[in-house]
Amino acid sequence: MVAQNIGFAIIAAIMIVGALRVVTTSNVVHAALWLVVVLAGAAAQYILLAAEFLAVTQVLVYIGAVMVLFLFGTMLTRSRIGRDSGLNNSYAKLGIPVAVVLFATMTLALSESFGTEKLPTDGSIVTTQQISDQIFGTYLLPFWALSFVLLAAVIGAIVLARKD
Amino acid sequence: MLVNQFLFLAALLFCIGVYGVIARKNAVLVLMSIELILNAVNLNFIAFALRNGNADGHTFALYIIAIAAAEVGVGLAMVLLIFRNRKTISLDDLSEMKG
Repeated sequence: MVAQNIGFAIIAAIMIVGALRVVTTSNVVHAALWLVVVLAGAAAQYILLAAEFLAVTQVLVYIGAVMVLFLFGTMLTRSRIGRDSGLNNSYAKLGIPVAVVLFATMTLALSESFGTEKLPTDGSIVTTQQISDQIFGTYLLPFWALSFVLLAAVIGAIVLARKD
Repeated sequence: MLVNQFLFLAALLFCIGVYGVIARKNAVLVLMSIELILNAVNLNFIAFALRNGNADGHTFALYIIAIAAAEVGVGLAMVLLIFRNRKTISLDDLSEMKG
């Protein structure tokens, strides 16, 4: 138990630093690379929560595909590679109180609802077979809807981005 | 491990993402902040899946990952289109809707 908590603390600290750098850095490429750190930390947390299939999917889809899209987006829009002072709004400071109040509210609600409730240590581990049974059984209709959304997104992205 | 330690981490990531959406002007960076928010939601789903001992949270976390990929694809295509027409992706310059 202690080892798990130490692992959680280290990964969580890395994720928080990475997330803060994503929203504060003045370099678009650095923001993308810090986002990789956060996403990899999330994959590590999934393994800690016994969700290894989700962790592998996170690495493949997010770190593999989505990050390549972001870097292509950065290059194709010719954002300045390097420091750029014009990345923040003039009212950027307004975001700090909003985020702090939101976090305070959620902290209050969470500590009142869950307190010191522990995660079950002897609970049944969710296997990949169970997940596939759910996707192709109980939740088949959302899966179909998702397929259509992906198809529409692919066609839409091509239609939007092609040059006539 | 407490349930709350994962929920607090997710809440903090969510708030950092919200700050990014408000503070950033560059459209690509706003999309990155939205990814932070979606990851916070996924972390909550997985934590509750372990707490309740069923696979529902895993299933919907997978669906969220797929939706996020579609969202980034369409979003970046739109950013590209805006850049091609305006030569800028600063969200402050898109103010035609203002009365």
